[in-house]
Amino acid sequence: MSGIVIIGAGQAAGQAAASLRQAKYDGSITILGDETQPPYQRPPLSKQYLSGELGMDRILVRPEKFYVDQNISLHTGTRVASINTSAKTVTTSSGGSYEYEKLLIATGSRPRMLTIPGSDLSGIHYLRTIDDVDGIRSAMKTAKKVCIVGGGYIGLEVAAVAVTSGLEVTVLEMEERILQRVTTPEMSEYYHELHTGRGVHIMVSTGVSGFEGDGHVATVLCGDEKIDADLVIVGIGIIPNIELAEAAGLDCSNGITVDEHCRTSDPDIYAAGDCTNHPNPIMGRRLRLESVPNAMEQARVSAANMLGRDKVSDKVSDKVYASVPWFWSDQYELKLQMVGFSADGDTSVLRGDKSTNQFAVFYLRDGKVVSVDAVNSPKEFMVCKQLYGKTVDPSVLADTNVELKTLLN
Amino acid sequence: MPQVKFIEFNGTEHNIDANNGESIMTVATSNLVPGIDADCGGECSCATCHVLISTEWRAKLNAATDSEDSMLDLNPDRSTESRLSCQIIVSDDLDGIVVNLPEFQY
Repeated sequence: MSGIVIIGAGQAAGQAAASLRQAKYDGSITILGDETQPPYQRPPLSKQYLSGELGMDRILVRPEKFYVDQNISLHTGTRVASINTSAKTVTTSSGGSYEYEKLLIATGSRPRMLTIPGSDLSGIHYLRTIDDVDGIRSAMKTAKKVCIVGGGYIGLEVAAVAVTSGLEVTVLEMEERILQRVTTPEMSEYYHELHTGRGVHIMVSTGVSGFEGDGHVATVLCGDEKIDADLVIVGIGIIPNIELAEAAGLDCSNGITVDEHCRTSDPDIYAAGDCTNHPNPIMGRRLRLESVPNAMEQARVSAANMLGRDKVSDKVSDKVYASVPWFWSDQYELKLQMVGFSADGDTSVLRGDKSTNQFAVFYLRDGKVVSVDAVNSPKEFMVCKQLYGKTVDPSVLADTNVELKTLLN
Repeated sequence: MPQVKFIEFNGTEHNIDANNGESIMTVATSNLVPGIDADCGGECSCATCHVLISTEWRAKLNAATDSEDSMLDLNPDRSTESRLSCQIIVSDDLDGIVVNLPEFQY
């Protein structure tokens, strides 16, 4: 039976299926995912799921029963091998074939892997899936010395959980500061001091050259330097999963190229989430994001546009993706919430006092607000979402006696 | 099994049997009740699960934490009835609760 087929079973896939049923689409929906679980939330994996605070049932996007109730055919453990755009079919690696009227590619991304000597020793983990984290959690029970390769958000979130649970933790960062790719020197310094203060050993400008051990990792080599470790977690970035789309002849350029309706170069194929390269009309440029809010919004946009007509309102759908990106990271008791990209700013304005662990740094470009890093400061985060692109007097932003609400009028 | 009544901004009602221990947000998303985006999945990180709860029911809820209160404070549609539905956990005491949905999430 032909209908809508979704490749991938991550958050975008789960949300798209829900949005389709919410819009009263009554055709068939098939989700094909290579993981064994129903769609689940990835952000808690490096945070509350790793620490054991949240179990599997709490991180599912929808309960398993939802897919049965909504007549959504969810095939887990199913890897798609190819897309045939002229026959409008997808073929799985086990030989199954599914016809589609509309296809949504929500294949997400995968961790960048190390290929240096010793990379195949046991005890070297990556973090992307629930199975990955189950492996890390079980290794943490017996591990004593953890080495984290990569001082990005994933690495630092894992460092926070590991040091809190009593392990000896070393973070290795190739660049001259942690979080170099994603934030300013000022925020890097703040997080460096935070982790150091909690007992994490951070080594910057330190590239990993190999691993040694007898079957299981025992030593991390950084040039001449050797670091003892019985557990290694690598967080050095992700690669969008675009191979299926590329092989099917769809336009790709640092992600699957989509338009503002999440449509690919094939009019019957849409894409959503980490795997897309999409236009952002608010920012005036194309982006590829590694972000859940993006996956959720693109899922809604692609669902609406795949249907063409909303059965609830009976309006022709022309839903356009236009959101300011936002992100969050939980480390220790600190919640960092970010809007936009700090690198877009030419000026930064500190609001609050860093020593209290409650402050925000706003970034402006040509006097207009373009980003915020808000630590334990949800009001500053919320106000930045609404002030984005507006001209604001920096001295007003810096003045904690000024209620932020007054800036929204 | 406690029942939750969602009322959409356009007046459409949804009566849902909920499970004790789940959040009002999850009750909505698991049952295709429109109007709650829940982008962060229930971590009190995004404020896209804003709902309105009348005074009689609000009195039965745990008070909002500082974090929830701060997130709501900057919501243009905030009223005295505002809560984030991810922070309200269903229990027998809440059987029959009425949850009004705003027109937009921000």
